[in-house]
Amino acid sequence: MSGTSLGMPAFPRAAAVSTGDSRLRANLTHATHTIRDKRARAVAELDDWAQLRAAGAAVKDRTLRHLDHYLERLEESVVAAGGRVHWAADAEEANRIVTRLVRETGEREVVKVKSMATQEIGLNEALAEAGIRAYETDLAELIVQLGDDLPSHILVPAIHRNRSEIRDIFLREMGSWGRPAPEGLSDSPAELAEAARLHLREKFLTAKVGISGANFMVAESGTLVVVESEGNGRMCLTLPETLISVVGIEKTVPTWQDLEIFLQLLPRSSTAERMNPYTTTWTGTTDGDGPRTFHLVLLDNGRTDTLADTVGRQALRCIRCSACLNVCPVYERAGGHAYGSPYPGPIGAILTPQLRGIEGSLEASLPYASSLCGACYEVCPVAIDIPEVLVHLRERVVEGGPVTRRGTRTVLKPARGHAAERAAMRAAAWAFDHPGALRGGMRLASRTRRLHPRRLPGPGRAWSDSRELPAVAAESFRDWWRRTRGEQRPDGASGEGRGGVR
Amino acid sequence: MRVALFVTCINDTLYPRTGQAVVTLLERLGVEVDFPGAQSCCGQPQFNTGYRHATEPLVHRFDRAFRDYAYVVTPSGSCAAMVRDNYPRIGAKAAAEGRGRELADAAARAVPKTYELTEFLVDVLKVTDVGAYYPHTVTYHPTCHGLRMLGLGDRPRRLLEHVRGLELRELPGAEECCGFGGTFAVKNPAVSAAMGADKVRAVARTGASAVCTVDNSCLMHIGGTLARQGSRVRPVHIAEILAATEDGAEGGAVPGAVDGAEGGAR
Ligand code: SF4
Repeated sequence: MSGTSLGMPAFPRAAAVSTGDSRLRANLTHATHTIRDKRARAVAELDDWAQLRAAGAAVKDRTLRHLDHYLERLEESVVAAGGRVHWAADAEEANRIVTRLVRETGEREVVKVKSMATQEIGLNEALAEAGIRAYETDLAELIVQLGDDLPSHILVPAIHRNRSEIRDIFLREMGSWGRPAPEGLSDSPAELAEAARLHLREKFLTAKVGISGANFMVAESGTLVVVESEGNGRMCLTLPETLISVVGIEKTVPTWQDLEIFLQLLPRSSTAERMNPYTTTWTGTTDGDGPRTFHLVLLDNGRTDTLADTVGRQALRCIRCSACLNVCPVYERAGGHAYGSPYPGPIGAILTPQLRGIEGSLEASLPYASSLCGACYEVCPVAIDIPEVLVHLRERVVEGGPVTRRGTRTVLKPARGHAAERAAMRAAAWAFDHPGALRGGMRLASRTRRLHPRRLPGPGRAWSDSRELPAVAAESFRDWWRRTRGEQRPDGASGEGRGGVR
Repeated sequence: MRVALFVTCINDTLYPRTGQAVVTLLERLGVEVDFPGAQSCCGQPQFNTGYRHATEPLVHRFDRAFRDYAYVVTPSGSCAAMVRDNYPRIGAKAAAEGRGRELADAAARAVPKTYELTEFLVDVLKVTDVGAYYPHTVTYHPTCHGLRMLGLGDRPRRLLEHVRGLELRELPGAEECCGFGGTFAVKNPAVSAAMGADKVRAVARTGASAVCTVDNSCLMHIGGTLARQGSRVRPVHIAEILAATEDGAEGGAVPGAVDGAEGGAR
């Protein structure tokens, strides 16, 4: 695969292109509106949704606060159950470990369960470089892989494709990856699914190594959990001889009982199902059943640094349900690729800059990829206040401040390129705090209102390209009040004549 | 009852007739209105763009301007949300940075007394029929801050439903953001404009002659998009509808808020 998430242009530039793609917009609008309505109905069925949501947030918060403790518990339990645990500080180390583990089996092919963590680290590309072919087995991931494309949605990575595009990809590409698509394949969902099933069955039955992520890891028992709809995951988790699971450290929950909460929150939020069709759990190895060797690669890759930020850390509660993407008006227009990461939409806008740092131009633009409408927060099953984190990260971009990088506290300098804006914001704030000066400016603006341009130069052009500018009032409210009501309150706290005096 | 009007900077400079409408309306309901001149901007543009420290003096200013009042009423959902949601955050962060509790205390004083207009009418004055007359078809866009941060619910609709002569038209996809988002409109112009165009399309589908909100900032974006498209649909702040009466100057024509500055202020 040649696709990569790195090196994407900054969000506004990428989004300006994708927003103009009418087929993409139509595909996305149709898909997101369908699922968001279904989700709302599925959630409304539960009287205790608000309590479940609060419980989910609380369990995640508590676990994250004591993550070191629970990770040690988890390691002990996995080892006791016959598994092996590897710690990876970053993407490179994780890729190195997995590549080595696959090499040790002598195999050149692996089957994969859909996994965000392995996309985050670019595992398929790293394996390809080592001469190992990784086959995606989730239907949507398969479409993305065959199309030499990038995923654009957490749950439905090929959401930007419609049925006829998918048929074309299958007909063109399946043959070079394995069993070709049947001739005369139509674009009916049943025929497309059947073509994928036959193509994938070959892989399931021959692969000796499976690679997965996990939705949850239970510290007390060392159990990993994958929640899915298609059943391809269960095939990969049970048939191969060796199973390697790459999982972000934040996926830990303390006890088996905690799953009760998340197995209710997740399916309703993501697929609008009461219960997902397949929930596979595995605990180490078992004689005569499932993989004989099990490796767990625990991935940090910026998560401990994120944890150090008391506001931003709530992003680590995320259970990757994708509900926030499906309600996001910005995602709906810009599409997932504009976010330059496997994590698109509102969660991507707060997670990517935290995992990668905000120094890059894409990362610095992501916290601004939101109108702060709050729809994401409203639907998030673990109550991540995404708008709060967005504004917090914006502050880091323009004002700098304390951050943790690779475990070390440092103070970030304000991003370059915001100097003019910073000056304008400070000037505005100063003027607003000095009513005398402000009133002078406002009166001047009123008197010259006939001269004001209807189109603005510079950054303001972005406004006047598509919208008329409002006109400055002939008389401000303040002046009207004084003219009609006379002077101010008797206690003189009016600020009149006190401009600039604090 | 005596209340302080927090008119907000955008209404002060661009939409003074909204402030005038609030005064007319509240006085008609027997409320005494003060306009403390020390007031200024709530700081939302700075705060939401990431300039929290530049916002701090404005929190103090808000506190100083309104300290003596039991109620602060504002015709802006987003400014009310700024005070209620973000002032405490600003206070807490300043305290966490070791700069004392002054801002947190200022926020604590501001939060409980700050009301968005429709909230004040329904929750404090306990009226839904404000005696207004507005013989036009109107559609209502619930702005994001009003809807999600303040939880205004059906308060604005209940007020509109009691306006004589007014025919309320359901807005398709009402709860979707119009795409304004303050500096978002400038930082992500393509997406913002696309959202605005979709909102305006939904407004047109209602066949209403006016679109109303509790917030002139969103209305500036919707109205600017409407005007650019040459639409005859008028953006109008809910306060101006609620202030209109049969004999009053506001009752005759739909106030043209696009050029709303031309209104009664001359
Ligand atoms: S942030 Fe919340 S809504 Fe979005 S994917 Fe994560 S859990 Fe789901």
